[in-house]
Amino acid sequence: MSDENQKTYDIIVVGAGPAGMSAATAAAEVGASVLLLDEQPSPGGQIYRGILSAPEARAKILGSSYTEGLAITKAFSQSSVTYQPLATVWQFDESGSLIYSVEGEVTQAKGSHILLATGALERPVPIPGWTLPGVMTAGAAQILLKSSGVVPDNAVLAGSGPLLYLLATQLIRAGSPPKALVETQTFKDALAAMRFFPLRFSAWKMLAKGFLMMREIKKAGIPRYKAAKGFRAEGSKQVEALSFDHKEERLRLECETLLLHQGVVPNTQITRSLRVQHRWNKRQACFHPFTNGVGLTTNSNYSIIGDGRAIAGAQVAVLEGRSAGSFVAASLGFNVDPADVFKQQKIIKKERAVRSFLDRLYQPPKEILTPANGATVCRCEEVTAGKIREYATIGCLGPNQTKAFGRSGMGPCQGRYCGLTVTEILAEENKSSQQETGAYRIRSPIKPVTLSEIAQCSED
Amino acid sequence: MFRRLDEAGKKVRFTYDDQDIEAIENENLAAALLIAGKTSLRVNPVSKQPRAPYCMMGACFECLVEIDGISRQACMVQVSEGLVVNSILDIGGNEDV
Repeated sequence: MSDENQKTYDIIVVGAGPAGMSAATAAAEVGASVLLLDEQPSPGGQIYRGILSAPEARAKILGSSYTEGLAITKAFSQSSVTYQPLATVWQFDESGSLIYSVEGEVTQAKGSHILLATGALERPVPIPGWTLPGVMTAGAAQILLKSSGVVPDNAVLAGSGPLLYLLATQLIRAGSPPKALVETQTFKDALAAMRFFPLRFSAWKMLAKGFLMMREIKKAGIPRYKAAKGFRAEGSKQVEALSFDHKEERLRLECETLLLHQGVVPNTQITRSLRVQHRWNKRQACFHPFTNGVGLTTNSNYSIIGDGRAIAGAQVAVLEGRSAGSFVAASLGFNVDPADVFKQQKIIKKERAVRSFLDRLYQPPKEILTPANGATVCRCEEVTAGKIREYATIGCLGPNQTKAFGRSGMGPCQGRYCGLTVTEILAEENKSSQQETGAYRIRSPIKPVTLSEIAQCSED
Repeated sequence: MFRRLDEAGKKVRFTYDDQDIEAIENENLAAALLIAGKTSLRVNPVSKQPRAPYCMMGACFECLVEIDGISRQACMVQVSEGLVVNSILDIGGNEDV
């Protein structure tokens, strides 16, 4: 690969979920040259994964929250955007150049502006035993269903959040109802959330959707254990049961598949690698990249939109995508109607209002944010919460130092599933804020690459 | 246990540690291995305990397998006819992948 081979575009979008597809389509519509890079074989992101190829019966099981993504995915497929699937972007530089691999072939590209639409990750659920085979995220089960039509039998669903109920109804419709729902949410959470309930039509619609899901779960006769705590995944070589405290009793539900969920958080690997500023969001208990109204980061070559910026769901992601795609195109000299962008921004504000209610209702419990000493925090390097606390007592101030103390965050996942927990534990132990405690420093390659891929890059 | 809702699509065969496995063309490799009853795909290099797919979206790296001498995330690979997949059972303690 030589420098002459570096391809240039007006805009490069990373991620083909609702935000990325909408941004790319909007910018291409007004004449911008757009490259969209995505890691998966087909567009849709995780929420609409496999949407163009899902058989009708599968789409019916997944329901309207899935099939409503068909329109934007089709519009994207018919647009003039250069779409590169199976692309792993592993290096971003501050000027807007990036390097990606497709099946081991390396390409360097430069955008006048880069729009990151890299979405969310499941919040880590570091309960004792969560590393056992058979323990997965609820999102993983949804991906299996969406992309491969694969379902678990007799799974136990545990945690909190709307995705748990959605997955339960999908599994019921697929003829594989879950064995039980074990929920951390308490009556106190519901009461506390009430004051955030916005009196808007969209909020009532969302509430109605929730009630319909609850009714479907009840009708299927699936037991729900509420206000559960003290989760433990039991087993030696494979998960055998979930045990938990419920109403003064210790209960044990045998299962071969345990699906955990405590909401989702922005995936900040790329924005961290760019050294842009982030800020701690107390309500969502995670870091958000620091952005302006249309998603511009503190590096003027990069914007971030959708759930990667702040968790707000697919509908907001589409609107953010369209408005950021249009705005960036306008900033590059393309003719855009500002009225459209203003209108989208107005709707985004309204839709976001529902979020405070959901965030409080499904707030992760303390035992998940700062787990007990025995729980593994860093799955890759097997570092427990107790070890992280021990590092704090001997002077460890921030996540980066934990790497030197005991390799946490240094395995192949590069801190994706322990970063937030390490920040929370250190902040608590050192009586400091999460903002001051900070996060792991992320370096490229963002994803592991082979030496031959690095060798393909030209020298600077 | 996992099962497929439908068996539509072209059948292909691949091997996992020399065992023949039938799958559907372009199916997600991690899904195909779970269906075949391969509940753990590797051992953690520190504790030597078994690990299995956790996130299914390329983030957790628990489903690492070896294909053509390169460690790959099984959840990011599509099955094709004749694909040769091996487990990474004996990875050294300090050898990051």
